[in-house]
Amino acid sequence: MAAAAAERERYNEDIVRLFTLATIFWGIVGFLVGTFIAFQLAYPWLNLPYEWGTFGRLRPVHTSAVIFAFGGNALLATSLYVVQRTCRTSLFGGPALAYFLFWGYQLFIVLAATGYVMGITQSKEYAEPEWYVDLWLTVVWVVYFVIFFGTILRRREPHIYVANWFYLAFIITIAMLHIVNNLAIPVSWFGTKSYIIWSGVQDAMIQWWYGHNAVGFFLTAGFLGIMYYFIPKQAERPVYSYRLSIVHFWSLIFLYIWAGPHHLHYTALPDWAQVLGMTFSVMLWMPSWGGMINGLMTLSGAWDKLRWDPVLRFLVVSVAFYGMSTFEGPLMSVRQVNALSHYTDWTVGHVHSGALGWVAFVTFGALYYLVPRLWRAERLYSIRLVEWHFWISTLGIVLYVTSMWVSGIMQGLMWRTYDSLGFLQFSFVETVEAMHPFYVVRALGGVLFTAGALIMAYNLWRTMRGEVREEEALPAQLGALRTAPAR
Amino acid sequence: MEELVVLARELWVVWLFLLFVGIVTWALWPSQKQRWEAAARIPFREDDGHGP
Repeated sequence: MAAAAAERERYNEDIVRLFTLATIFWGIVGFLVGTFIAFQLAYPWLNLPYEWGTFGRLRPVHTSAVIFAFGGNALLATSLYVVQRTCRTSLFGGPALAYFLFWGYQLFIVLAATGYVMGITQSKEYAEPEWYVDLWLTVVWVVYFVIFFGTILRRREPHIYVANWFYLAFIITIAMLHIVNNLAIPVSWFGTKSYIIWSGVQDAMIQWWYGHNAVGFFLTAGFLGIMYYFIPKQAERPVYSYRLSIVHFWSLIFLYIWAGPHHLHYTALPDWAQVLGMTFSVMLWMPSWGGMINGLMTLSGAWDKLRWDPVLRFLVVSVAFYGMSTFEGPLMSVRQVNALSHYTDWTVGHVHSGALGWVAFVTFGALYYLVPRLWRAERLYSIRLVEWHFWISTLGIVLYVTSMWVSGIMQGLMWRTYDSLGFLQFSFVETVEAMHPFYVVRALGGVLFTAGALIMAYNLWRTMRGEVREEEALPAQLGALRTAPAR
Repeated sequence: MEELVVLARELWVVWLFLLFVGIVTWALWPSQKQRWEAAARIPFREDDGHGP
C-alpha cells in the first residue's frame, strides 16, 4: 500500500527516457534513408539491383520512419512528460503498462518497416502497414489512450493545461482515422495480404480523409502540444494568450477534419466535395495564425534570448516554419493553384518545410530541453554544438525547400506548355531531365540536415554521460550574460 | 416532423458554427480572465521533477 502510494508520488521518467532515446535513434534512421532515396532520385543507378533496395520499397521506410517512428516517439516522450507535470501526478497504469506501450510501439515500427522492404504493403500512403500490423497498433494505441486519459482523470491540477488538450485530440483522432481507413478483410488467416472494404472513389476519399488528418492531428495537433509546453518553459514566461490557445484549439478541431478532399481535386470525387475541402482548407488560416501568434508572441519582451539561446531558437524558428507551411498549404488547396502544383515537387517541398522546419525543429528544441533534465545533467554538453546543429540544419532546409519550389513549379509549367499546334511541348522524360540539378541540391540539403541531427545525437550522448564541455560562450551569449546577470 | 429532422441534419454546418461561436464567446468572456491567467501558469507550478 505504502509502496503504491510512493509509486504515485514519483513521476515515471524512465519511460520518457526510453522514448527520448527511441526518438533520437529513429530520427537518424529516417533522415539517413531519406537522404539515400533523395540521391536515388538524382542518380538512378543507386537503385540497388535487388527489389528491396529500390526507391519504391525504401520510400515508405523513410516516410514511416520520420513520421511514425521519429515523430511518434517524440510525441509519446513529450506527451507522457508533459501530462505528468501539468497534472502533477504520475502515469496511470504504472510502469508495466508504460513498458508495454514502449516495446509495443517499437515492435509496430519494426514490423511495418521490415514489411515494406519485403514488399508487404496496402499501398495506401502513410497507411502502408498490412492488417496484422494495423491490429497490433490498435492495441498499442488503446493502451496509450488509457495511460494518457487515466493520468488526466487523476490529475491534482483542477484545470487541464492546453498542451494536454492538443495531445488528447491527437490520440483520439488518430485512433478514429487509423481504424476507419484500415478496415480490411485478410485473404487468409496466416497470409499478409488483405483487401480494404472501401472501393473506388469512396476508398480515395477515406484514404485522404485519413492522410490529411494524419498531417492535421499527428504532425500538427500533437506537435502544438509540444509548442504549448516547451516554448513557455524554455522562454521562462507563460504563453502569450491562454484565451487565444483555446480559440486556436477549437478552430483547429472544427476545421481540419473537413480538409481532406483537397488531395483529390479534378478527380472522380464530386465537385461539391472538392469545393468543401478547399473552403475548409482556406479557413485553416485561422488556427494557423492563432498558433503562430501565440507561439511567437510568448517571446515578447524577451526577444534577446534568441541571440544567445539556440535551444529557444530551434523552438521559435519551428513556429515560424509552422506559420509558413500552414500558410502555403491552404494556398495549394485552392483548385486553380492545385492544378499547377499537384503531382509536382512543389508538394514535396511544402511537406518538408512542415516536416523539417516545424515538426523536426520543435522536436529538437524539446530534446535539448528534456535530455539534461531527464539525465540530471548540469547542462547540455555543448551549447556551441547546438549552434552548429541549428545553422547546418537550417541551411539544409533552405536548400531542400527552395530547390523543390523551383523544380515543382518548373515541372508543373512544363507539363502544361503547348506548342503552336496545340500539342504538348515537352515529353515527360524531358521534365525529368530538367529536374536533375534540383534533385542534387535537394539531396545536399538532406545531407546537411542529417549532419545536424548527428551532431545533436553526439551532443545529447555526451550530455547523458554527465559531461560538460569547457567552452567559451559565443559573443552574443557573452553580451546577454553581461546585460542579464540574473539569469 | 420527419422533414424537420432532415432539415436539421442538412443544416449541420450552421449548428457546428453556432457551437464554435459559443466556445469562442466563453473563452473571451471578460470574467474568465483570471482563470485563464492562472491556467497559463500551470507549467511553472511544478517542482524539481522528483515527484508531485
